[in-house]
Amino acid sequence: MEQVLANGLYLGAQYALIALGLTLIFSLMNVLNFAHGQMYVFGGFVTYTVVAQLGLPFIVGLILSGIVLGVMGALIEKYLFRPVIARSTREESTMLLAAGIAFFLDAVILLLFGEKQRGIPKIIDGVLNWDYRIIMPYDRILIGVLAIAAICIFIMYMQYSKTGRAMRALAQDRVAAELMGVDVKYYSMIGFALGAMLAGIVGGLLVSITGINLGMGGPASIKAFMMIMIGGAGIISGAIAGGFILGMMESVGLLVFAAYGDITYLMIFVSLIIFLAIRPHGLMGKPWG
Amino acid sequence: MNIKKPLLVIVLLLVVLVLVPWLIHVSGRWDFYYTLTSVALLSIASAGVWLTFYIGRINIGQGAYTLIGGYASAILVTKLGMNFWLTLPLAGLICALISIVIGLPILRLRGVYFAMVTLVLTEVARLTALALPITNGAKGIVNIPMPTELSFFGITIIPDFGTLENPKLAFYIASVIMMVLCYAALYRIVNSRLGHLCRSLQQNEELSASIGVNTAYLRVLAYSISSFMGGIAGASFVSISQSVYPSSFQVVDSVNFMLNCFLGGLGFVLGPMLGTLVLYFGWDLLFTLGKYQLLIYSSMLILLMVWLPNGLLSLKLFNRGAKKK
Repeated sequence: MEQVLANGLYLGAQYALIALGLTLIFSLMNVLNFAHGQMYVFGGFVTYTVVAQLGLPFIVGLILSGIVLGVMGALIEKYLFRPVIARSTREESTMLLAAGIAFFLDAVILLLFGEKQRGIPKIIDGVLNWDYRIIMPYDRILIGVLAIAAICIFIMYMQYSKTGRAMRALAQDRVAAELMGVDVKYYSMIGFALGAMLAGIVGGLLVSITGINLGMGGPASIKAFMMIMIGGAGIISGAIAGGFILGMMESVGLLVFAAYGDITYLMIFVSLIIFLAIRPHGLMGKPWG
Repeated sequence: MNIKKPLLVIVLLLVVLVLVPWLIHVSGRWDFYYTLTSVALLSIASAGVWLTFYIGRINIGQGAYTLIGGYASAILVTKLGMNFWLTLPLAGLICALISIVIGLPILRLRGVYFAMVTLVLTEVARLTALALPITNGAKGIVNIPMPTELSFFGITIIPDFGTLENPKLAFYIASVIMMVLCYAALYRIVNSRLGHLCRSLQQNEELSASIGVNTAYLRVLAYSISSFMGGIAGASFVSISQSVYPSSFQVVDSVNFMLNCFLGGLGFVLGPMLGTLVLYFGWDLLFTLGKYQLLIYSSMLILLMVWLPNGLLSLKLFNRGAKKK
C-alpha cells in the first residue's frame, strides 16, 4: 500500500505541473489549449537534444526547455491567439486555432525529431529500498521532488510577485484589471508563455524517466483536461488537487483492477462524469467558470 | 421565396447525383467516389455537432456516437442477421437513447466543462468497446456483409449491394442522398419554432428559462438529434469499410467533427458540409506532399483561422445571399 501511495504522489506531482500550465492559460484568456500536450512533448525533445546529443548537463536541458517553450508560447499568443480573439464573434473559435497549433506542433516534432521513442541516460543510479515496502529509484524521487519544487516556486511567484498579482487580477476580472492599470495584453502574453514554459519543464523532467515520443501529446492533453475538470477550470489550487487526485486514482486503480484487465481508465472516466454531474464546476471552480 | 428552398435542394441533388458522377466519369478518378462518400457521411456527423453548437454547447464527443452507431449496426447485422437498411435507423435510435441518458446529467455543464466531458466521452466509448465481450475487444468485428436488398411488397427499393457491379457508386448515391436529407432536416429545424428556441438557448439560457422555455428538455432534444445523426453516419461508415474496431472513431475524429463546423462557420446551416469538404479534400490532396502533409495542412488551418475567424461562409461572397434572406 505504501508503494501505491508513493507512486501516486510521484505521478501526481508531474500531472499537477502539466495541469497548472493549462489552467493558467485558461484562466487568463479563456482558451482551452489543445496544444498543451504537444508543447510538453516538444519540451521533452528539447531536453533530449541538449542532453543526449550535445552532451550538456541535465539542468541546462531543463532550463533550455523552459525558455524555448516560453518564447514559443509568447509568440503564439501575440501573433495567433490575440488577433483571432479580437476578431471572432464566438469565443470558441479559438479552439480551432488551438487544434491547428496542436497539429502544427505534431508536424514540426515529426520533422525535427522523428517518430522514435527518445530517452536520456539516468541522472543518478541506485534504488531506494525501504524494507521492501517502498521501492523507488532515486532518479524518480529526484524528479518528483523537482516537480514539487517547481509547483512551489510557481505558487510563490503567483502569490508574491507583481506579475503574479497582475495575472491573478486578470483571471478574476479582465475589465476591472484593465481599469486598474494592468497592461492586459502584456500580461496575457506573459501568462501564456509561463503556461507553455511549465509544459516544457514537465517534458524535460519526464524525458529522463519514461522517455518521450510523438504520440504522447494527445493523451497528455486529455489527462490535463481531466485534472482541471476535477479541480475546477482556471483555479490554480484546483489544478494541483486535480493532478494529485488523478495520480492517486491511477496508481490505486492499477492495483485494484489489475485482475479485470485494462479498465482503470474506463473507471476513472466514468466516475469523473458522475462526479461532474453532481458537481458541475469541479472541486473549487467558480460556477460556469 | 418559398419556391426557392425546394429548388435549392433539387439543385444540390442534381449536382451531387449527376454533375459529380459525370465529372468523375470524364476525369477517370474513380477513387474520388470513396473520398466523396466519406465526405458525405462525415458531414452528416458534423451536422449533428453543429446542432449542439446551435444550442451553445461545444460538442467534442460525436466520435463516441459514431462508434456506438457503427457497433450497433455491425452487431445487429452479424449477430441477428438483420437487414442493414433496418439497422441504420435503429443505430441512430440507439444512439439517441444513449445520448438522452448521458445527456440529462452532462448537459447541465456549460462551456469548456461540457467540451471536456464530451472529449472524455469519446475515450469512454473506445475503452468500453475494448472491454465488452460483445464488441470482440481490440479484434473488432470484421467481414460485415454488404447491405442486402430492401424490398417492400415484392418491389425492390434498394438493390443488393453485393450483386452490383459498382458498389462504390451505390454507396456514394446512398450517402449523398442521406446527406441531403439530413441537411434539409437541419435547415427545417433551424427555421422552425424549435430553431428559434435553440437560438434563445445559445444567447442566454437563464433568460430563456425565465420566460418559460423548457431549457432542459430542449437541450436534451437537440443533443439526441445530434447523436442520431452521429449514429447513422457511423453505421454507414462501418458498412462501407465492412469492419469496425474500437479505434475506428477516436478523439481525433471527434475533434475533426468540431473543426469542420468551425471552419465552415457556426452561423450557417451549410457550414459543416463545406467545412468537411474542405478539410477532408484538403487532407487528401496534400497526400502527394509526403511527410510535409501535416505541416502544410496545419499551417493552412492556422492561416485560415487567423484570416477568417468566423468560418469560411463568413466571406462577403457568401454573405450577400444570407443578408437578402
